[in-house]
Order: sequence, then C-alpha cells, then structure tokens
Amino acid sequence: MTWIPGLFGPTKKNRGDVVFEGLLLLMALTLVGLVVLLFIELLIGSFPALPTFGFRFLTGRTWDPIREEFGALPAMYGTVVSSLLALAIAGPIGLLSAVFLAEFAPHWLEQPLSFLIELLASIPSVVYGLWGLFVLVPVLRRVEMVLHQRLGTIPLFACTPWGIGMLAAIAILAIMILPYTTAVARDVIRAVPREQREGMLALGATRWETIWHVVIPYARSGIIGGLMLALGRALGETMAVTMLIGNRPDISLCLFNPAYTLASQIANEFTEATSELYVSALIELGLVLFAITFLMNIFARLLVLRVSGGRRR
Amino acid sequence: MEKPYAVRKATSHLMAALTVLSAGMSAGLLLLLLVYVVRQGAAALNWDFFTKNPVPVGEPGGGIANAIVGTFVVVGLAALFALPIGIGSGIYLSEFGRNRFGDVVRFLADVLSGVPSIIMGIFAYVLIVARQGHFSALSGGFALGVMMLPVVTRTTEEMLRMVPDSVREAGLALGLPRWRVLVHAVIPAASRGILTGVVLALARVAGETAPLLFTAFGNPYFSLDINQPIATLPHTLFNYAISPYDDWHLKAWGAALVLTGLVFIASLLVRLLGAREMST
Repeated sequence: MTWIPGLFGPTKKNRGDVVFEGLLLLMALTLVGLVVLLFIELLIGSFPALPTFGFRFLTGRTWDPIREEFGALPAMYGTVVSSLLALAIAGPIGLLSAVFLAEFAPHWLEQPLSFLIELLASIPSVVYGLWGLFVLVPVLRRVEMVLHQRLGTIPLFACTPWGIGMLAAIAILAIMILPYTTAVARDVIRAVPREQREGMLALGATRWETIWHVVIPYARSGIIGGLMLALGRALGETMAVTMLIGNRPDISLCLFNPAYTLASQIANEFTEATSELYVSALIELGLVLFAITFLMNIFARLLVLRVSGGRRR
Repeated sequence: MEKPYAVRKATSHLMAALTVLSAGMSAGLLLLLLVYVVRQGAAALNWDFFTKNPVPVGEPGGGIANAIVGTFVVVGLAALFALPIGIGSGIYLSEFGRNRFGDVVRFLADVLSGVPSIIMGIFAYVLIVARQGHFSALSGGFALGVMMLPVVTRTTEEMLRMVPDSVREAGLALGLPRWRVLVHAVIPAASRGILTGVVLALARVAGETAPLLFTAFGNPYFSLDINQPIATLPHTLFNYAISPYDDWHLKAWGAALVLTGLVFIASLLVRLLGAREMST
C-alpha cells in the first residue's frame, strides 16, 4: 500500500509513531518523577527532626545523640570551609595547568597528559581516601609538626597535629578536584576562537599578554562556572573526606583539629543511628546538603551555558 | 604597553614556566598516586584474591570474590534500571523534546547529576530500605541507577543530535514512519557514542561507595540474593582501609588496584570507540 502524506485529506499519525512517542514520553516522565520523588522523600525522611528543631537545626552547634540535641552548624561549617579552601588551592593550579595544556603543550605531550587527567577525574573517591590515609597523612603529620613548632602562636596552627583532620581533608579534596578543574578549564580555553589570539599577537603582544588579556577574559565565565562545578563536587564529596577529616562535630579555627562535613557525618553515623529522631536529623543534613549543591550547580550551569552559547561540553 | 619589551618578554616566559610547573606538579602528584596504588595493590593480587571469599581476621589467605561478584550484581541492577529510562529519555529529548517540557527534563537531569552521591543513598534508604525493613542489593542498585540516569540521558541526547538531519529526512522520504527511521537508521548511527556514554557511566558508579553504605550495606559472605545485603568492591575497600589489621589494609590496596584497573579499561575503551567514530 503506497501512502502519500496529505493526498487523502489531513495526514493521520502512524500508530507505531504514537506508541513509540508515548513510550519515550513515559521514560522522560519517569525521570521527572524520580527527581520530584527524591526531593519529597528527603523531606519526609527529615520528619520528625524538621519540626522538632525548626530553624534551630541550622544554627545549633551541639550534635549530641545521647541528649537528642542536633545542630547542623559544625557540619555546614566543615563542608563550606574544606571545599572553599580546597578550591582556593586547586583552582589556580588547575587553571595554570589548563593554560599549559591548551596553549603551550606540544601535541605528543598534550594527548597523554589529557588522558591521565581524565583517568584521574574518574578514579573512585574511596581510592583517593585510601591513598590519603596511608600516604598523604603521614607526610602531612610531619609538615604539621613543623608548622606547629614554628608558627604555633598563630591560631590556625595552635592545636596538636594529628595528621588526620581538617587540613588532610582540604588537601585530599584539592587533589581530587584538580583533574576536574583542569579538564573543564582546558575545554573552555580551547573554545576561544583563534582569531582572538591572532589579533592580539599581531598587535605585538607577548604570548602571556595574549592569554592574560584576551584568552582568559574571553573564557572567564566558563572558567568560573567550571570552578563552581568543582566546588559542587567538593561539597558533596563523601568517602575520601570521611576517611581523613577525623569525624568530630566541632567548629575550630585550627586546621589540625578533627572536623566534620555534612556528607561525612551522614556516611559515618547513619548505620549507627538508633532513634527515629537521630536518623531523621541525619536525613535533614542530607536535605541541607541537597539545597547547597542545588543552588551551586544551577549558578554554575548558567555560567557555563552562557559562555558555550548553549552548547554543552 | 609601557613596560620595556625585555620585561614583557621575561614576564611571558616566567608565566609560561609557571604553567609548565603547575602542569608538572599536578601530573606528578597524580602519577604518584597511580604508582602507589599499582605498587601496593600488586602485592595483594593473587589467584585467591579473586576466587576466595573473606576469611576471619588472623587466618591467612582468603580473597574478596564475594565483593567482586557483588559489584557486578549491583551495577547490573543499576544498568537494568537506568538504561531503559535513560536511553528512552535521551531519545525523547533529542527527537521530540524541543519544547518547554523537554527543557524541564533537561534541567532536572542536570540537577540530578549534581546531587551528591550520598544523597542517592538516603533516597534509596527512605524509599526502599526503610519500607522493606532490611538492607538489600536491590536498593543499592537503585541508588546507583539514579546516579547513572542523568549521564546516560544527556549522552544519548547529544549523540543523537550529532546524527545529521539528512538521515532522518532520507528515511521519512522513503515513506517510513518516524519510529522506524529512528530504530533502523538514527539510533544505529549513534549507537557507538551512546555505548561510550554507558561505559563511562557504569565505570563511574562501579566505584561509588557512599550510596551503598546504608543500602547494599556489605556482607562478609558470598551472596547473589538481591533481597539480601551484598558486598561490593568499593565498600569492602572502605571497611578494610579503616580497619586496624595489616592484612586487611593490603587487601584494600588490592581492591583499589582492581577498581583503578576497571576505570582505566573503561577510559581506554571510550578512547578507542571515540577514535574510531571520528575516522568513519
């Protein structure tokens, strides 16, 4: 049977097409439903802690499962401080490495280096944690000893060095997000049109002036977006941090003290939580973490989208 | 540019050197990590490591066969869950999703990919474990599946978008219904790219521990029952790493090497698939 669209009146949709599109729509609706469900389940799971503590949950500094007094502030502090400091270390190094890969590296070096970086960005965080625990921490402890002896009067270095603690978490986070920041920044820098560089070079600028005054400003919002995506990863990073941060819900200025992050507190205490209130308080920590990373990611994606003109990496 | 040329030239060289230094430092640090994992891990690997189940502490020998099998079970469950929904949603987005609803799906997929993995664990815990009253491989697979979902969806969409419209038009011009054009021409053309995305997503979730802590939970014995707790490679690694026993530490390095090897193979596979795609 020959079928010519529009020949015998208005075209009818093929029945197979209707079924096919319906099936696909169902899949897409499932995805939407899952995200909505995720949020609802987090909310439901946060009961009874959510109404019991109310806003006090966010400002409370005590986390005492025995007296059932739960405050998220130490974990929030630990999460934000460890991630921001890690980004402050990994950001500049990652950016400079990306400039090297995109602007200076010869092809034979750029290829294997890029492969190495992609590989390391996908290595499981528990492997980083293991390496951190047995290789990084012993080295760090020696460094901390020296810092403590020389600069012990500064509050940052005033407490007893354990090796494990806030500084160890910052270090491992920095190492973990380094490949990621490098890879994103490299892609954004590569996307800067050649003409931009050539124009600047033709005006007599040096290579660095070209990079600093043209390439980086051109790629700026993409680079910032990439850094924020990396920050989002650091905020939610669980295993490596749980293994290295020392797991104590304290707010302390000293970098050697054990601390906690939202994710590591959940990971560490969830299976030990006995009462309903305790479990729900931990789930509420998850809700707080969800909110923080959600805002972070939206902001970052807006920036990355703006620079790549809607085209994803 | 008021500075003398010599100064500008020197600054340029200095900064170039600094980028080399940064790249060298990060590459060196990361190579150090790889070398360490390989060296320590190689000492733990032997036939028993892959074929025997764990033995009680203090007894020599034993392996982590249960965790290796468990990882395949949990990741398999994740794939069963995520692949139909992810690939289906991806096809929908690319072929029918140029509208408001498509934008919503895309946005939510991006939101989902930014959700920390531990929250997937909570999700699966509240949804499945708390309702059923026991930990299970199934809930672990679900948690990993939700993690995979956005990656699979967005890769599928992107790969289908790369298939030129002329392919679709040629099929439609032959009088084929849209679904036949998709199934027989468009999707096969993008299949290699989709496969690449799937491999990457699988490799990524195979190394996840956080979502499994209170879903798959871990199990010192061999189990294939998806309604029972199950051991997985990254989770066993974690338990062994924080234990006080030297023998367990050694096994943790072995597990780390196996996991790193898996990721390495996946990355290589992706490179090979990608390279071939470019040449055709």
